[in-house]
Amino acid sequence: MTLPPDPKSISTVNYLNEEKTVASWFFTHDHKRIALLYLASITFFFLLGGVAAMLMRIELIHPRGELFTSTTYNKLFTLHGVIMVWFFLIPSIPNVLGNFLIPMMIGARDMAFPRLNLISWYVFMLGGLFAVFAILVGGVDTGWTFYTPYSSTYSNSWVIAMAVGIFINGFSSIFTGLNFIVTVHKLRAPGMTWFRLPLFVWTLYSTSLIFVLATPVLAITLTLVALERGFGIGIFDPRIGGDPLLFQHLFWFYSHPAVYIMVLPAMGVISELIAAFARNRVFGYNFVVYASLGIAFLGFLVWGHHMFVSGQSVYAGMIFSLLSFFVAIPSAIKVFNWTATLYKGSITFDTPLLYALGFIALFTIGGMTGLMLASLAVDVHVTATYFVVAHFHYIMVGGAVMAYLGGIHYWFPKITGRMYPETLARWAAIILFIGFNLTFFPMFILGYMGMPRRYHVYPEEFQMLNFISTIGTPVLGIGYLLPLIYLGWASFFGRLAGPNPWNATGLEWQTPSPPPKENFAEIPVVTTEPYAYHLLPEAAGIHQETHDR
Amino acid sequence: MTAEAAAEPLNFPFKEAAHQRESALFGMWIFLATEVLFFGGMFTAYTVYRYSHWQAFQEAARHQEWYLGCLNTLVLLTSGFTMALAVECARRGNRGWLLGLLTITWVLGAAFLGIEGYEYHSKFGEHLVPGSGFHFDGTDPGGSELFFVLYFTMTGMHMFHMFVGLMLILFFGVWTRFSPRETAMPNRFEVLGLYWAFVDIVWLFLYPLFYLVHPR
Repeated sequence: MTLPPDPKSISTVNYLNEEKTVASWFFTHDHKRIALLYLASITFFFLLGGVAAMLMRIELIHPRGELFTSTTYNKLFTLHGVIMVWFFLIPSIPNVLGNFLIPMMIGARDMAFPRLNLISWYVFMLGGLFAVFAILVGGVDTGWTFYTPYSSTYSNSWVIAMAVGIFINGFSSIFTGLNFIVTVHKLRAPGMTWFRLPLFVWTLYSTSLIFVLATPVLAITLTLVALERGFGIGIFDPRIGGDPLLFQHLFWFYSHPAVYIMVLPAMGVISELIAAFARNRVFGYNFVVYASLGIAFLGFLVWGHHMFVSGQSVYAGMIFSLLSFFVAIPSAIKVFNWTATLYKGSITFDTPLLYALGFIALFTIGGMTGLMLASLAVDVHVTATYFVVAHFHYIMVGGAVMAYLGGIHYWFPKITGRMYPETLARWAAIILFIGFNLTFFPMFILGYMGMPRRYHVYPEEFQMLNFISTIGTPVLGIGYLLPLIYLGWASFFGRLAGPNPWNATGLEWQTPSPPPKENFAEIPVVTTEPYAYHLLPEAAGIHQETHDR
Repeated sequence: MTAEAAAEPLNFPFKEAAHQRESALFGMWIFLATEVLFFGGMFTAYTVYRYSHWQAFQEAARHQEWYLGCLNTLVLLTSGFTMALAVECARRGNRGWLLGLLTITWVLGAAFLGIEGYEYHSKFGEHLVPGSGFHFDGTDPGGSELFFVLYFTMTGMHMFHMFVGLMLILFFGVWTRFSPRETAMPNRFEVLGLYWAFVDIVWLFLYPLFYLVHPR
């Protein structure tokens, strides 16, 4: 958790130094403080999931897998998946950046339901407690997908405790989504029309729709698995005529939209970063808005592409394949519009933009390989291989985590009131990019050559590529640890940032840094579009020299 | 203040009563949307298994005590009616009627749980509870077991929601009873009323699916 900066250096009273007791943090209703509570929690979970990933990569150096038993390895990848999906990626951008920024971006003093916002954090932590408990007492070996009948009948591990943790965690998502939707509908400042909303708010609005409509299906699905396991009443049990495939349908009805929960907010962050560092209006703002809503909508119609080889009807497979191709359209609209926004912009290659460019590159690779996986025939060849692992890590890690870090850097001056060390941060972004590709690109080749996922013993001809991948892991790790260290340092000792260090548009930059407790002394009145960089004085050449670096 | 509308005290960040009320109701509607999807998972399972084991489902449904289902429908819909009146009384600031109607709603809700509990009890006696002790003479005992799995899961989830509703009625009722006469909380009761109506509506789907889907 970021502690308040030295009050002597910042004269104004702000949300960090207004109250100093521990209780004022744990019982706060301030959306900005709750964002920091989430930041601390998910950083812990990220490190936990990251350690599991490191251990797996170390194991995979050797083809015979001599470090862990198969069971331990199964538990490691389950731990990694569960923690990273539900306790890091899903809450990452929405609950940290979204909580902090949505009220500020729309000109509100807080969320519509500040107490519910705090409750969502406690619910999140309670879910985390169950998950950590399940890990400590012995772990779970089903994979993060909990496929029946293995999870409900055969697995000899702590499935119910983990399912309870994820069930509780889901309520945190639902509360957050509900709060975001009501806040965006009801608390926009005068003049902040729907089509003047920053794109970050639009993507989080789309994400919230998925939160409230998809998460309850996961809740009931895991409840059914837990009931089947706990009481022996087999709803997915083939012995009495139940259908294990029904579990997969219900699970992916949540878990495919959940992919868009992870990547839509990332796209919102990228839109903000590109506009701010290209000093340009976002090209085709309306199209980007509709693309966000379109992705949220289409995301509900493609779950069957996870089940092409599960015995689903071939006609269903064809329809799901076609619908999955459709997702590429709004995604491509976004990528092209970001590129067009950069075109003829006056670009400064500050750290947040480096992350944004990294996002575009990696997201494009991840998206294109996604199209390969959506093709029925290709998918039969690469299902459950490292090709799939590489694909979704390019979206989740190369996409979502890159955007999360880019956003953290961009809004760091607003959150802490201080600047991070720019040169170091640029190097960290570059190291992260190199480490990421070194770790995950070989997996595409491995998967295409036929190496299945979730095995720790593999034929010797795969060793070279696995070795390269493992070499990438420490590089990637350094790329993550560096920001943790220098951002921690800079939140106490960085130079003061001032209200708007990037000269960016957006209501959040109209407040002091760090902002006061209720954000705005007076609720602002909005008169322009969100990315009115062409209306800033610099556009007429007045402050041009300050941007020549 | 019997005739004029009662207003809720303002909570941060709201500055107008109407704005706060709209937002509270909107939030509840979104929560109910999540509830629809929550029950939707189970209704999907019902649809799938009803399609693949239709005969077993008919046999099992014929075994149900239809008159208990009817009685429960009557009890629950009456409680929905008294709840709707209670919400209106809360909005008008009529505390005496509010508390009276809440009490009736609560008693009816508890009666529903009692009748359902009796049904569960008799199912135990007839070996109709899924698991190792399950026994059903029919063409497809497994399919009938699935019917009862769904019966217990879906009515169980419904009863859990009823239980939460009863606790909320109790809490808000006692709290209104012992707070000063001026503090009316109409929004709270309106939100509670929406929740109670949702619970009623879920039952309106459960009742035909578990008691009526068989030719006589």
